[in-house]
Amino acid sequence: MWKRRSSSELQVIDHYQNRMKARHENMKEGERDFNKDKESLVKPVREIVVPGDLLDSGKLKPGDGTYLSNGKIYASQLGIKSIKSNFVNVIPLGGPYIPSPGDSVIGKIVDIGPSNWLVDINSPYPAPLHVTEVPWKVEFGDTARYLNIGDTILAKVLLVDETKRVQVTMKEQGLRKLQGGQIIDISHSKVPRVIGKGGSMIQMIKSYTNCRIFVGQNGRIWLDGDIENIVYAIRAIKMIEEGAQTLRLTERVKEYLESMTRSGLNGKQQ
Amino acid sequence: MARSVMSEIKKDHIHRLLARGKRVDGRNWDEFREITIQTNFTETAEGSARVKLGNTDVLVGVKMETGIPFPDTPDKGVLATNAELIPLASPTFEPGPPDENAIELARVVDRGIRESEMIDLDALCIVPNEEVWICFVDIYVLDYDGNLFDASFLGAVAALKSTIVPASRYGKGEDFKLPIRCLPMSVTAVQIENSILVDPTLDEEKVAAARLTVTTDENGDIRAMQKGLKGSLTVDQIKKIIETSQRLGKELRKLVG
Amino acid sequence: MRLIDENGLRIDGRKVDELRPIRIEAGVLKRADGSAYVEWGKNKVIAAVYGPRECHPRHLQDPSKALVQCRYNMIAFSVMERKRPGPDRRSVEISKIIAEALEYVIFTEYFPRTSIDVYIEILQANAGTRCAGLTAASVALADAGVPMKDLVPAVAVGKVDNQVVLDLTKEEDNHGQADLPMAIIPRTGEVLLMQMDGHMTVEEFNKAIDLGYKACEKIYQLQKDALRRRYAVEEIETFEEAQHPQTAMEE
Repeated sequence: MWKRRSSSELQVIDHYQNRMKARHENMKEGERDFNKDKESLVKPVREIVVPGDLLDSGKLKPGDGTYLSNGKIYASQLGIKSIKSNFVNVIPLGGPYIPSPGDSVIGKIVDIGPSNWLVDINSPYPAPLHVTEVPWKVEFGDTARYLNIGDTILAKVLLVDETKRVQVTMKEQGLRKLQGGQIIDISHSKVPRVIGKGGSMIQMIKSYTNCRIFVGQNGRIWLDGDIENIVYAIRAIKMIEEGAQTLRLTERVKEYLESMTRSGLNGKQQ
Repeated sequence: MARSVMSEIKKDHIHRLLARGKRVDGRNWDEFREITIQTNFTETAEGSARVKLGNTDVLVGVKMETGIPFPDTPDKGVLATNAELIPLASPTFEPGPPDENAIELARVVDRGIRESEMIDLDALCIVPNEEVWICFVDIYVLDYDGNLFDASFLGAVAALKSTIVPASRYGKGEDFKLPIRCLPMSVTAVQIENSILVDPTLDEEKVAAARLTVTTDENGDIRAMQKGLKGSLTVDQIKKIIETSQRLGKELRKLVG
Repeated sequence: MRLIDENGLRIDGRKVDELRPIRIEAGVLKRADGSAYVEWGKNKVIAAVYGPRECHPRHLQDPSKALVQCRYNMIAFSVMERKRPGPDRRSVEISKIIAEALEYVIFTEYFPRTSIDVYIEILQANAGTRCAGLTAASVALADAGVPMKDLVPAVAVGKVDNQVVLDLTKEEDNHGQADLPMAIIPRTGEVLLMQMDGHMTVEEFNKAIDLGYKACEKIYQLQKDALRRRYAVEEIETFEEAQHPQTAMEE
């Protein structure tokens, strides 16, 4: 069905396109960061902004977490202001996980149909997983034999349509049903912090605890290993999530893991 | 529905830790979470208490009104207990009139207070057959992370203990402290694969087979019980929970003291 | 009964254009996606936000935007005369106008087919609870990370002893001549909630909204401070890390 679009809808579309552009730019910028091209880095502005705060009134373009009104850019979300490649963005400090195609996520099966499953990926939208998107050949009506309600899977977001309908896939190497270990949920906005610069934080947790850890972009984390070590790793991640005294966070997590793994049962293994 | 499915991995993790005698949050099997009690939270109530039990948060208030006694107890005041599982407290609570869970909660709290004769209802008679004090205990759950029974009961006892009957407002003489005879305490435990865990968190409640609430008085005598959930308990398990309730009840009573 | 003395002071000692003390705290509940607590004079209000989440029942889903639902409720012992639990006509009406005011600032089009549920519980009431509730709700929405144009401060102005006064207490409201609750977006001046009952001349109304606008500006600052305070520690060092959201998956 084709509908004429009102001007406000067009504004929204404009805004959406700007967001996509900003995301694209950020990605390029991110790669450059990774290549240690320090020269191109804009000095970060660590400023917490709340909805309605004026971010820029002329030069910059509206990016994520912002909106344009009368030529000025305002924050639309609670977060940290960041300027990159002429785009002003707000990095959210909370809020729902909104899936993007290609995101690696950890999902929970919440419903089963004869030819699909419904997967909770910690977002406002449960995502269908069709039998054609799993690595097994599943007969019609035989879905429960492969994945049951309450099962956890490693999946990728396949597509997100205009009305935010989401589909996930398991048809890629490494995607599978997860078994054993433990699952925890954190705010998806804390995922980068748990991973740390260049993966340093998560690497540190892994090396101290010998746990395998998957961090889904939807804020769900799966850990597997010795059960005592899983408990320590979870506490370390919770420390990072709560983030009090952020200044010495890395050191504090390290101190905690050191003390636990030294005194704990696995101290003998080291 | 999607909101209430618990992942199998989380269930297994609880079971595996339990097999080693451990709980997810590191507590001992007979250990309560951290408890804070703030009395007189609401000035418009005759008595009130906000209880935090770990991440569970409950507000209990007492209102006193005058009214007609029940015909079978013409010289006693009336106790009425109500609980609201408001949708603010959990993504699984729905707006609307109290459901079976809210009603069970209210009735179990009511029973503990009533059967322990905590309130001297005889002293709440104004004119026999005609006018008595009605004591409304209203329980509001603000944040739900398991064990509403003990959080609510503790809140109700603390609120009642701080209640001043507003007699002057009703032209019934001077205000007086609500006459309290004793401080009953409730302790709730769940059975998960034959382990007993006191003060269950929400995740523990979700995997639990059975739940038992035991309310004891200052002498350690049992005044109310409620078994819940779809699994079973052995008599030995029940005896263990009773013994635990007596022991922990003493500690909890000091908090209201 | 005189509510304003010869020095122009009210029963609680305030001037006619003075607000009661207001304290706002963001992020007070664990289960909710966002929450806020407001103490406003003798009012105590808590607000929680869930969502955007899958909308139930399904027939309420809107394929073009999120549904904003609000439930304003006074708890039984929030008033001197015990209130029977459950919605009454007053709370249904207030819930409706608060939901409408909030809907205007939320970018509902980002989240088709979902609902954003706002729950406001009045724990202790002393006039002005709908304004305190809306003030708390908009902080809770921002705390939940819901994309929105702006925060919405609200305040009631009234008429007492033939004078226009700001932020009535229960006593003033009971014996006063008019009550005018309002909510605005300070930056644009847009009015999102307005009710009025009583008796006012047009001149008095003009004076009243003037007072209201000035007060909303102050309340708006308190709302922002509450949100910034909640995340004050984040300012220190998370920024660098937040710049690398790409490599989320690791083994």
